[in-house]
Order: sequence, then structure tokens, then C-alpha cells
Amino acid sequence: MATLLEVRDLTAGYGGGPPVLHGVSLVVEEGGVTALLGANGAGKTTTLRAVCGMIPATAGEIRFAGERIDGQPTEAIARRGIAHVPDGRGTFAELTVEENLRLGAITRRDRAAVAEDFERVFGLFPRLRERRRQQAGTLSGGEQQMLAIARALLLRPRLLLLDEPSFGLAPLMVQEIFRILAHVRAEAGVAVLLVEQNAALALDLADHACLLETGRVVLQGEAAALRRDAAVRRAYLGY
Amino acid sequence: MEGFAHQLVAGIATGGIYASVALALVMIYQATHHVNFAQGEMATFSTYLAWAAVQAGAPWWVALLGTALASFAIGVAIERVLMRPMRDAPVLAVVGVFIGLMLFFNSITGWIFGYTVKPFPSPFETSAPLLGGLVSGHELGSTAVTLAVLALVWAFFRHTSLGLAMRAAAFNPVSARLVGIRVGWMLALGWGLAAAIGAVAGVMVAPVVFLEPNMMLGVLLYAFAGALLGGIDNPAGAVAGGFLVGVIENLAGVYLVGTELKLTLALVIIVGVLLLRPSGLFGRAVVNRV
Repeated sequence: MATLLEVRDLTAGYGGGPPVLHGVSLVVEEGGVTALLGANGAGKTTTLRAVCGMIPATAGEIRFAGERIDGQPTEAIARRGIAHVPDGRGTFAELTVEENLRLGAITRRDRAAVAEDFERVFGLFPRLRERRRQQAGTLSGGEQQMLAIARALLLRPRLLLLDEPSFGLAPLMVQEIFRILAHVRAEAGVAVLLVEQNAALALDLADHACLLETGRVVLQGEAAALRRDAAVRRAYLGY
Repeated sequence: MEGFAHQLVAGIATGGIYASVALALVMIYQATHHVNFAQGEMATFSTYLAWAAVQAGAPWWVALLGTALASFAIGVAIERVLMRPMRDAPVLAVVGVFIGLMLFFNSITGWIFGYTVKPFPSPFETSAPLLGGLVSGHELGSTAVTLAVLALVWAFFRHTSLGLAMRAAAFNPVSARLVGIRVGWMLALGWGLAAAIGAVAGVMVAPVVFLEPNMMLGVLLYAFAGALLGGIDNPAGAVAGGFLVGVIENLAGVYLVGTELKLTLALVIIVGVLLLRPSGLFGRAVVNRV
């Protein structure tokens, strides 16, 4: 499979402070899922933010479909087909569910295909169709996560960056979200870079995984291999 | 009773002007959390442009449309050239720029067009009062134009993709970038729209207050009071607040404080709202979790 996203020796941090990432390298294959695992503060969220240009890369390079994207503004990266579902979900709380979804597709000109994607997304998340006229800020946490994923899908992205989709959700809702993600992956062939605290869930979905510790990749390989790794099992899977 | 009705109607007419300027203030406030003190002087300058166009022989409506377009361009240019570099500047620096901008437009208006008071023509029949003397032609016409502008702006924000993108950029710039919206340009468009709305308001009020470089000073104060009264982060509220202030101003001017003290009312409203209900009648209270 071809490489879609390649991060090489990435160093990044916040506002002139010390770097949070010290030379992170990772790869997401076309249509593949790479999981980014690690404890709090390891640099998972920071990696996603650097990939979509929310914070600058101070060293290293980021390539998307072969082209350098580090140093580009976030909106330009989004227009290339990278949809980021940030931590905290990034919902437009004051706008309706439908307006949030329209914003997901706001850069697209292929109206017929957008209408199709609306139907597809409402098929995946029937609850969003029921609540389309409701203000997004009034949705439950799980519904907001669904909305965030649906909005990202409406960009028709080639790469989806997901930051802790299970965070703060009830176990049933988490299962539901991951079932949908697996479906999206199989059906639409969207590649995913997944940050997730729940390592067992993440490794189920992913085919490739990286383990981050204090801003460095300490282990990476096939998801199945990481699942069998004794250290990973002890530290992240709990058995 | 007839006097009361007349004051009410006159209040609605001037209230429309305040509502427009209040809307312009709120549009920029929502996106930047700053109040553009120069909004009034920018509108004054625009009104002089319309006057010059009319003097040069342009039909009145062409002058209005041309002025609105030119003001839009000026607004966009101000954001791009002046405000964009100030994006991360401290509040006081931004306030300084606004005051500088206000003085600049005030002085340049006086310098180019002079300080003598000029009459401004109204396209609406002013000689014959309508509805049995209840309302003048200009009051009726300017209210119609104001309402049309407000309706257009509402429809633009509610029903077009660009309007949606501008709202998204104002509410949540980070998420707006993540869906691919060029937030910087949305801000510039907002400035352009605000300037154009202000220009129309200036042209509508000029036949009433006459043309002179300080003509929008009072209007800006009333508009600000209206925006605060309705809720500084709520466009619809600000429009309602503008109309309300117009009516209050007219009625109180006649029955309460007299015309000399009318402007003080704006200050009373501003202080009163800030003391009693800082989020305004229709605004949402801002709660910060700490």
C-alpha cells in the first residue's frame, strides 16, 4: 500500500516553550489505520495538532500524499483532505446540527456528491438526522462526538485525525462509535490516525501502531504485534 | 396622543439607523471581541463620498450603491492592512488603533470636504407629510431602506454558505480552520460588510442631522447603547436594542428630559445595562469556568 501520511523526525511544541515532541516519525498507509498510543502528556494530541498545522513544526517534515504540508496554514491542509476531529470535538455549539454538517462540506463544490454524503452520514448516525434542527451545544457528549465525526466525513477526507473519540463517553456509546469507525474504514477507505487512551479498542481497529513516551516513539509496528508485546500489555492493556 | 404617536414613529425611524450601526458594531465585536469606535467616523466619510457623487451629478440611488461598495472595499482594506497585524496585540493597543482610526477619518473628512454644515438631499418626498402628518416621507423611506438592509444581511448570514462560514469563523475560529475556512478573509469580509451597513445608515441619517464631520458621533453612542441593551454578542438583539433606544430617546426627549439632555440618555442606558444586566436583554450571560 502507498504511504499517505509520513511524519519524519518531527519536533514541535507550544508558543516558544520547550518542545513536546522530540523527533517523532510515523506513517499512515493509504486506507490504513495507525493508532497512536501513550500515557497522558506523551505528545499524542500534539502530534495531531502539528500534522494539521495548528502548531508549527520546529524541525522535521510532514508529507501528505508525497507533498510537504508542514508550514502550511490549517485551512490549506484541511482543503487537501485532512479532517481533524480535535479533543473537545470542536463543535460549533451555537449552530444547529445541520449547519455543523454543512460546515464540514463547506469547501466542496460537488453539490450532488455532498447531498449523497449527507444521506450516508445520516445513515451512519440516525440520531443526527432526528436532531438536525437542534443547537449542537445541546447534544449529549456521545451525540457531539458523532456530530464531530460526521462533520469530518463530510469533507470527504483522505485522512481522518481522531483525538480520543472515546473520551468521556459511556461504554455503550464508545462501542457504537468504534463500530461506526470500523464501518467507515471498510466502506469509504478513509485512512485514520487515531489517538486513543483505550489501547485495546485502538489496537482492534488499527493495523499499525506507535507507542509514544515523553515525545518519542519508543515502539512501533503491526497492531497485532504490539498487542502481543509484553511491555505494552502490562502498561496499556492491563493483562 | 397624536404627539405621542408621532414621537413613536420618529423614534422607530431613527432607531433603524441606530440598529444598523449597532449591527455593524456587533458583527466586528463577535469576531474580534472589540468595539470599533471608528465605525461612526467611517460611516461619516462614506456619507461624504455619497454627497460628492450626488454633487457630481450621479443619481441618488447610484450614489448610495456606489458608496456602499466603496465602503465595503475600505472596510476590507482596513482589516487587511491595519487590523491583521494587530491580531495578537494586547487590548489597549487595539483600542489605540481604533481611536487613531476614528481621528484619522474625522480629520480626513474635514480636510477634504471642509467643516461647514451641508444639507444632504433625500430621495423621498419630504414636503408632504404622510398618514395625516404622522410620518415624513424621509422617515418612511429611510426606515424601509434600513429594514431592507437588515433583512438582506439576515438572509445572507442565514441562507448562504459564505454567511455560514463567516458565522463559524466568528464563533469558533479554530474549528473553522479545521473545516477549511479562511478565517482571516472572513474577518475582512465582516469589516467590509460592517462598513457598508454603516455607510447606508450614514446616508439615511444625513438628511436629518445634516452633513458635517461629527454627525455620527451621537449616532454611534446611541448605537452602542442599543447594542449593549440588546446584547453585544447577539446581532438580532442589537438590532432590537437599536430600535428600542431610538424610541426611548424620542419619547424621553419630549416627555422626560428635554432635547438638550437626550444624549445623556445613551450614557444612562450604557451604564445601566453594564450595572444591571451586562449581557443585555437578549444576550447570553458569559460564564467562565475557573
